[in-house]
Amino acid sequence: MSFWLLLTVNSITFGGLLFLLSAGFSLIFGLMRIPNLTHGSMFMVGAYLGSTFLSGELGFITNFWTAAILSAIEVAVLGALMERFLLRRLAGQPLAQVLVTLGVSLMVADLCLMGWGGDPISVETPSGLGGFLRVGPAVFPLYRVAIIGIAVVIAIALWLTLERTRLGAMIRAGVDDPQMARVVGIRVSRLFTIVFGLGAGLAGFAGMIGAPILSVYPGLDQDMLPLALVVVILGGTGSLLGSFVGSIVIGFIYNFGQALLPELAYFILFLPMVIVLVVRPQGLFGGQVL
Amino acid sequence: MTLRCAAIIIAILALIAAPFAIGQDYYINIASQILLYAVFALGIDVLVGYGGLVSLGHAGLFGVAAYILANVLAAGYGHAVAIAASLIGGLIATAAFAAVALRSTGISFIMITLALGEIIWGLAYRWISVTNGDNGISVTTRPAPFGLSLASPRGFYEATLVIFLLAMAAMAIFVRSPLGAALAGTRDQPRRMNALGYHVWMIRFLAFLFSGLLSAVSGVLFVYYNQFISPQALALPASAAGLLMVIAGGAGTLLGPVVGSALVVIVQNVVSAYIERWNFMLGAIFVAIVIFMPEGLVPGVTRLVRATWRTASRRRPRAMAPSLGPKP
Amino acid sequence: MTALAVNGLNKSFGGLRVTADVRLAVEPGERRLIIGPNGAGKTTLFNLITGEMSPDSGSIALFGRDITRLASRRRAHLGMARTYQIITLFPRDTILHNARLALLGLSPLRWNPFIALDRQPHLSARARDALGRVGLGHMADRPLAETSYGEKRRVEIAMALAQEPRVLLLDEPFAGLSIDERHDVRELLKSVPRDVTVIMIEHDMDIALDLADRITLLHFGQVIVEGTRAEVVADPRTREVYLGE
Repeated sequence: MSFWLLLTVNSITFGGLLFLLSAGFSLIFGLMRIPNLTHGSMFMVGAYLGSTFLSGELGFITNFWTAAILSAIEVAVLGALMERFLLRRLAGQPLAQVLVTLGVSLMVADLCLMGWGGDPISVETPSGLGGFLRVGPAVFPLYRVAIIGIAVVIAIALWLTLERTRLGAMIRAGVDDPQMARVVGIRVSRLFTIVFGLGAGLAGFAGMIGAPILSVYPGLDQDMLPLALVVVILGGTGSLLGSFVGSIVIGFIYNFGQALLPELAYFILFLPMVIVLVVRPQGLFGGQVL
Repeated sequence: MTLRCAAIIIAILALIAAPFAIGQDYYINIASQILLYAVFALGIDVLVGYGGLVSLGHAGLFGVAAYILANVLAAGYGHAVAIAASLIGGLIATAAFAAVALRSTGISFIMITLALGEIIWGLAYRWISVTNGDNGISVTTRPAPFGLSLASPRGFYEATLVIFLLAMAAMAIFVRSPLGAALAGTRDQPRRMNALGYHVWMIRFLAFLFSGLLSAVSGVLFVYYNQFISPQALALPASAAGLLMVIAGGAGTLLGPVVGSALVVIVQNVVSAYIERWNFMLGAIFVAIVIFMPEGLVPGVTRLVRATWRTASRRRPRAMAPSLGPKP
Repeated sequence: MTALAVNGLNKSFGGLRVTADVRLAVEPGERRLIIGPNGAGKTTLFNLITGEMSPDSGSIALFGRDITRLASRRRAHLGMARTYQIITLFPRDTILHNARLALLGLSPLRWNPFIALDRQPHLSARARDALGRVGLGHMADRPLAETSYGEKRRVEIAMALAQEPRVLLLDEPFAGLSIDERHDVRELLKSVPRDVTVIMIEHDMDIALDLADRITLLHFGQVIVEGTRAEVVADPRTREVYLGE
């Protein structure tokens, strides 16, 4: 099978994971005007929790998908709690809120280290998806194709939620003009909690479904957070389409960079960000929510 | 004014006498760490406190200087060349960093500096042919300026003290200067400053260079102190610790970063005696400071002292911390 | 030569045209009053003239020199100063420091990182002078945060005057002032030397009317009427704009 084709699939897969991570990040930013620096931690915690569910250490055995959904729910609750009890206290003080998310991310990193130790934990590919998908002469790892499918389904679901539901309309109103949203009677504070929880849950889910590929290790949070930042700087904040395009672009750059210039892969990520900042500081799709 | 001069002289004498009074190497080393991180924190304070630009990427700038120093030394050059190269390299990196980061201000500035800092960390971690990756680079010798050896903790402390005092003096002069006043102006009313004839971007850029130079100086001190540099020294927690020093001590004050550095270094050393890693404490202090004492220790304590001691009414108001709260 | 010449100036926000083909020609030394109801685009016009916003099309010239694409700070150096409708001062500093910043903005000293700003007697003396002109000389050392709204308005004007501009733009200098304060500010503006060209926005026609040589009436971003005080007051379109709203 062609090296390039595999690399392309890997890039799209990684882009899909990044989308799940950065969509929530972007929505939280769009609504609350703060970068949630715990977003990488949410991703990592999701993966750790999922791996624990899978291991059966809790006295019951779940399959992969149940584990992923359970950990997503748990992380969503953690995110909502953090918004409700920490960030809400600092409403209207974006700088203080950012610093609190930074502080919490440092605490979470150490707690995970204490709870799960320093060794990487590998998560097995869910049963039935360990094989390959044959399309003509090409062969694709089934699980990676599945991740792409999941990312696309969630992207569509998010898009429909934003476009077609009452909740989505409120979120869009909040992103466009928080003051106005408040004036027309939207309970913005509750919306914050919901969106924060949703974003955290998506990140946690991404962490678990990414785990068979990336595995789980201390520092995973620090690896993922900058990627989410770069995606959002690239795509613009508060824009689902921007997150999607940004994620795919970064997925490609990261994977091709890893393969071709492994030492500088991380550095190469920086180039599109710089170009976008110079040419279009609001990001490629900033200012609109799709 | 004379009272202030006397206080400064007493403080300096106390700092010089410190190692003779404490005697034990362990404590002298902690004092050296406090001073070298104070230089780092002063650099961050230029931007955070006086420029209103909150950076989460300064450990990257610190790291660039540190790695250049280690590499130039490893290539067989002398200390003078290595230090010069590392400061110049640090400034060049700062200029590039600033050119990108100053495309924005406010919260976006935090995001961009964080991303840039992480990218430098990523380089340190992955660019193994230059940085030796996770294993880091060792530096076997310390310089001996004017024939004075810095090999002992006491010798190193004294050299660090001299550099710290120079940095303090530079900072004190800068913040009282017209350029310093202009920087504080761009923090409070950038639009008005522009209309008054100031080149807001250039003022911020120059402040960034000054800040980067202080970061580079502290990076050099760090490498000589530890005789080792690895990616961990420039990871996000390092930038966060620097920012915490500034905010805990009091942003926009001269003394705040020094007090903050002392706080963080002492807590870190005490905590490390009990648990292996201390990031949890770092994060917890961060959250506690932001929620309970957002103005920082120095302004907080000053306010308390002033409230009890009402004679200070004619004193000039000092530049204050960028308020964490909404703009007035 | 015309002090300020604005030609065919346009600016839209989204689909909303806030400045529509505006033409202005203000002669040196003239007192020009720009009036118009809320949302007429007066402040936007000022922001375009001072360069804080850039126009979609059209041109702006200061004493014959095209400044359409010039940064705001460059226009200040060419002799343009403004005040803000919403007070835009440095709240953590003293009144004196506010005025000093205005002077420093045009001085090459502003790049100096070595000297102590408060040890520049020349600069401080000029700043005190400027504050004296607006009647704030006695309270120069007071922190700005401890001054009244009316005093802040005067600091705004002092800062603009301190820069010794050739063209002075005042954005609602009377806004929010008491009757006594209005009187003081009016006297102050009357005392501005005639070699300074003054362009003033005022929402309320009555206060500023007798300061103006010529009046421009703006409505929905367009110049509706322009002429002498008597002409504008007598024009039926003025009545229409003000009574019809």
